[in-house]
Amino acid sequence: MSVIFYVLAALTVAGALAAVLLKNTVHCALALTVAFAGLALLFLQLDAQFAGFAQILVYIGAVAILVVFAILLTRGSETPKDGVYSRNWPVGLVIAACVFAVLGWAVLHSISAFRQGPSAAPVVTVLDIGNALMGRYVLPLEIVALLLTAALIGAVIVAMHEKERPK
Amino acid sequence: MTPLAGYLLVAALLFSIGLAGALTRRNAILVLIGIELMLNAANLNLIAFWRYGPHPEALTGMMFAIFSIAVAAAEAAVGLGLVISIHRHAHTTDLDALNRMKG
Repeated sequence: MSVIFYVLAALTVAGALAAVLLKNTVHCALALTVAFAGLALLFLQLDAQFAGFAQILVYIGAVAILVVFAILLTRGSETPKDGVYSRNWPVGLVIAACVFAVLGWAVLHSISAFRQGPSAAPVVTVLDIGNALMGRYVLPLEIVALLLTAALIGAVIVAMHEKERPK
Repeated sequence: MTPLAGYLLVAALLFSIGLAGALTRRNAILVLIGIELMLNAANLNLIAFWRYGPHPEALTGMMFAIFSIAVAAAEAAVGLGLVISIHRHAHTTDLDALNRMKG
């Protein structure tokens, strides 16, 4: 366990905590970007360069911007007077704490997580990923392409201005 | 502690933070942010298992993470489109105030 891992993990968790705890929605979106960047750096630390840069491009470049646009379009940056948490927030907090307890217990008691794995970094080039995408994973790739097209059209149709119907 | 256990614990923490955010916030956009955090925690698990698993050259975990990122992007676009549509219809994104299904 290197120092870099601890720094990146602390950065990611701090960004995630700020994203769910801050009152101003725009600040939440910015903290979310920090969490995404920390995750991308963790991917790079795990020798997954392609996934790390895809994370930066897709999450920081697209999803964070989409969130900011949604906040602007819904005027969500105004903090409501009666708090930002829902009425039954203690229940949600208890559920999340229970889930974390179960996951943490499972990780700490698993044998495979504490077996010393291969320490040498796997050599994976973008060429290998491209070959795998065009070979073994070509059907999932096509399905994802179809899904993205459907999501693109669906998002536009859902968010499109409806014309006033004549009554 | 082995590196794999460390990454798994960070992912579990991120997932729980995202779940807490999705369950406790009132603004629909913040709920979507929590869901994104949960998806990212799952991606971190996939990449960590790929890196420390027995056959990293098979690329299975990496491919799973890449497809998961693509599906998460589609989910974010449709989800935020729905939030904008709901805001136009009900003039609020407060989930406590949106308590009827009839339009």
